[in-house]
Amino acid sequence: MKFDTPATTNPIDQLKVIGHATSRIDGPLKTTGRATYAYEWHDRPASPAYGYIVGAAIAKGRIASMDLSRARSAPGIIAIVTAENAGKLGKGNYNTAKLLGGPDIDHYHQAVAVVVAETFEQARAAAQLVKVDYAAAKGSFDLSAGRDGAAKPPGRGDDQPDTTVGDFPGAFASSPVQLDATYTTPDQAHAMMEPHASMAAWEGDKLTLWTSNQMIAWTTGDVAKTLGLPKENVRLISPFIGGGFGGKLFLRADAVLAALGARAANRPVKVAMQRPLMFNNTTHRPATIQRIRIGAGRDGKITAIGHESWSGNLPEGRPETAVQQTRLLYAGENRMTALRLAMLDLPEGNAMRAPGEAPGMMALEIAMDEMAERLGLDPIEFRARNDTQVDPEHPNRPFSQRQLVECMRIGAERFGWNKRNAEPGKQRDGRWLIGMGVAAAFRNNLLMKSGARVRLDRGGTVTVETDMTDIGTGSYTIIAQTAAEMMGVPLEKVVVRLGDSSFPVSAGSGGQFGANNSTSGVYAACVKLREAVAQKLGFNSAEIAFTDGQVTAGNRSVPLGQAASDGELAAEDSIEYGDLAKTHQQSTFGAHFVELGVDVATAEIRVRRMLAVCAAGRILNPTTARSQVIGAMTMGVGAALMEELAVDKRSGFFVNHDLAGYEVPVHADIPHQDTIFLDETDPMSSPMKAKGIGELGLCGVAAALANAVYNATGIRVREYPITLDKLLHRMPDA
Amino acid sequence: MATVSFSVNGEVRALKLDTRTTLLDALREHLHLTGTKKGCDHGQCGACTVIVGGQRINSCLTLAVMHEGETVTTIEGLGTPEHMHPMQAAFVKHDGFQCGYCTPGQICSAVAVLDEIKAGIPSHVTGDLNAAPQLTNTELRERMSGNICRCGAYSNIAEAITEVAGRRA
Ligand code: FES
Ligand code: FES
Repeated sequence: MKFDTPATTNPIDQLKVIGHATSRIDGPLKTTGRATYAYEWHDRPASPAYGYIVGAAIAKGRIASMDLSRARSAPGIIAIVTAENAGKLGKGNYNTAKLLGGPDIDHYHQAVAVVVAETFEQARAAAQLVKVDYAAAKGSFDLSAGRDGAAKPPGRGDDQPDTTVGDFPGAFASSPVQLDATYTTPDQAHAMMEPHASMAAWEGDKLTLWTSNQMIAWTTGDVAKTLGLPKENVRLISPFIGGGFGGKLFLRADAVLAALGARAANRPVKVAMQRPLMFNNTTHRPATIQRIRIGAGRDGKITAIGHESWSGNLPEGRPETAVQQTRLLYAGENRMTALRLAMLDLPEGNAMRAPGEAPGMMALEIAMDEMAERLGLDPIEFRARNDTQVDPEHPNRPFSQRQLVECMRIGAERFGWNKRNAEPGKQRDGRWLIGMGVAAAFRNNLLMKSGARVRLDRGGTVTVETDMTDIGTGSYTIIAQTAAEMMGVPLEKVVVRLGDSSFPVSAGSGGQFGANNSTSGVYAACVKLREAVAQKLGFNSAEIAFTDGQVTAGNRSVPLGQAASDGELAAEDSIEYGDLAKTHQQSTFGAHFVELGVDVATAEIRVRRMLAVCAAGRILNPTTARSQVIGAMTMGVGAALMEELAVDKRSGFFVNHDLAGYEVPVHADIPHQDTIFLDETDPMSSPMKAKGIGELGLCGVAAALANAVYNATGIRVREYPITLDKLLHRMPDA
Repeated sequence: MATVSFSVNGEVRALKLDTRTTLLDALREHLHLTGTKKGCDHGQCGACTVIVGGQRINSCLTLAVMHEGETVTTIEGLGTPEHMHPMQAAFVKHDGFQCGYCTPGQICSAVAVLDEIKAGIPSHVTGDLNAAPQLTNTELRERMSGNICRCGAYSNIAEAITEVAGRRA
């Protein structure tokens, strides 16, 4: 189905199932421990052996020699695979560094061997006996030192490293009110709770991988490319994923090593990456240095806005596109953005939840707060004065929907924003200095082709199959809701099967594009199935209703299952998009409000209240949408207050590479969180009229916290995370 | 190798194990009770929480052979998809999870936390050590803080636990 004209009324608009707060259909499995994650298919393949990964102990250089003799004679050992004996390996389209290092080492903890043994304990013990001698080379590990030498990265389509509109330098120089400030965001880790894990089994030259992966089709292709197999010979199965946040978008070492280990051992092998390897072995969100310049008239209107960002990556790696939102979020006739990329020999930088906008909004939304203060304006009023209903770079290109100001105003009302004292450091509650902060939320809506197959049996049960994944986002449930709405059956009559490369290719889970696109693919397949049902039942009227398990036209009504009485009916289709996203800018908007306390003596920060207001198209399931948003708000608290991969700039690795050292928010850090979804449908986005929500919830949160810390203390911290050491020496007198 | 036998979810299980096998791996790899999750294997995340002799522990931090004759309850022993424990049902109702990987640990912890409060065991945030600890939001959040949820379901988890606690009281 080609979606190239705005959606009109369709069966989804009945809203009998869609739009209702619905508990997850996979909830009972997950809460009783019956959902099967990648490492947990103990019955198939039968009796797998265990692989344990050895990571490189240098950041850059070569393996001079490897001594496997002691490990080889360890009890229970079956095989050891290294680059030397693995055979020729390719590199996946989506990988920057290769997944099995040697003899050249590209980054710290790059896998250099997998040790396969009868038991986990034996594999772990033998792995300690692998002796590697390295010839270390000098590397670059310091972004601020690499800033001046950073180069202009190549552009990709519409994504150009430099953009300019009007005369930014001239307009900025002549602005009566100016801000020129530099912000930094650190390297961050996905730190999903389920480690990267895979089980591999070969049948001849056919490989089955039970794995934990967000993008089944991408990864199937990259498995094939890496191992030199035809794509048809690779099957991926990933029905449950213990979190990904972008860290499981790509093929990673666990899958490659399980496959290589299984080939060498001649039996199934399972590999879970050890937690302490994950932070340096896999990808992370790269650190940024961001310079923002804003010029405005005394009327509070922005005349010039500029955003530059520096980040680092391995050769062939991409920059963190932290300036993206600044091209679209606020008005202003004179504009510039620039991305620069330094070559660093740290582990591979890549997508983490809301790549680009998450760190970009961390900086931009502090800058907006600072600018509002210089202008003597309330930060909400300042943003409202610079709202734009059109793409500021292309004024003839409107936003399909844009309710940023509504989000801000409704949130202000609900949160009690008028109780905030604009003068910092003036609100006390016992030993706590109290502050409130606000920030805009913004993230683009992406359209991706997505397919599904739907089958109807004679009992009237509808089964949906698509390689879409559910990484905690609620895909199972919203897909079931979509099929139930389209086919006119209750939710219990829908079976959803996901995450299998033998199913039609979907959008997958990433970039907050999963929900809207995958349900639209299911919509398209259901439209076809409805046609097949009508034909089978001999309905030729165009006015057919699918309701309550019945197919009805005029005064004739037939049970849906009857269409499959002499055999299952199946239909398959994809949603594909025309150029509505070119003529209209599709984005999602929101506002984040935070109230926190800062201990006047210790500078300890405690979050007291949080609210997010979102305008993101039709909300398919308010229950799972709320969870996406509160989860993102929680990650935003981490980004603001604690998350930072500490770089050892001499040896080139992330020092705090486990869950004790890399701190993420825990229960005690998170208060009750409120969410509000504005009533919105976006007919430009898809037949579902929905947009993404999972990343919007993260964009801006950290800045709202930073602004609240400023409001509480009068201390402006521009280097994330806002830890006590950055406040203590500047705290106001108790 | 050594033998050990303990009761798991009401059933006596005898195992012959490498003495290095953690209780977590005994459950997951030998008894195929994979509801108990391995998030870190280092006592840093709480995903492996089970209830042994009425107390919650990180099963990755203890060797299986140390539990001879003891009683282990895992997430599978609390309830089934058809007959969920009230805490499991409350997690579904309040959407106290997303990816579900930390969830068995959260639920086992939550069940044990309510018992700890009932038994009068104080926590870091208990104001008066001589009075019975109250089931406040602050107490709950403090006591649950060993169970990380990277999906960030904390606000909903707190509501699920509060509801079960209220029903019990
Ligand atoms: S697996 Fe035991 S605490 Fe993380
Ligand atoms: S539900 Fe995913 S980590 Fe808690």
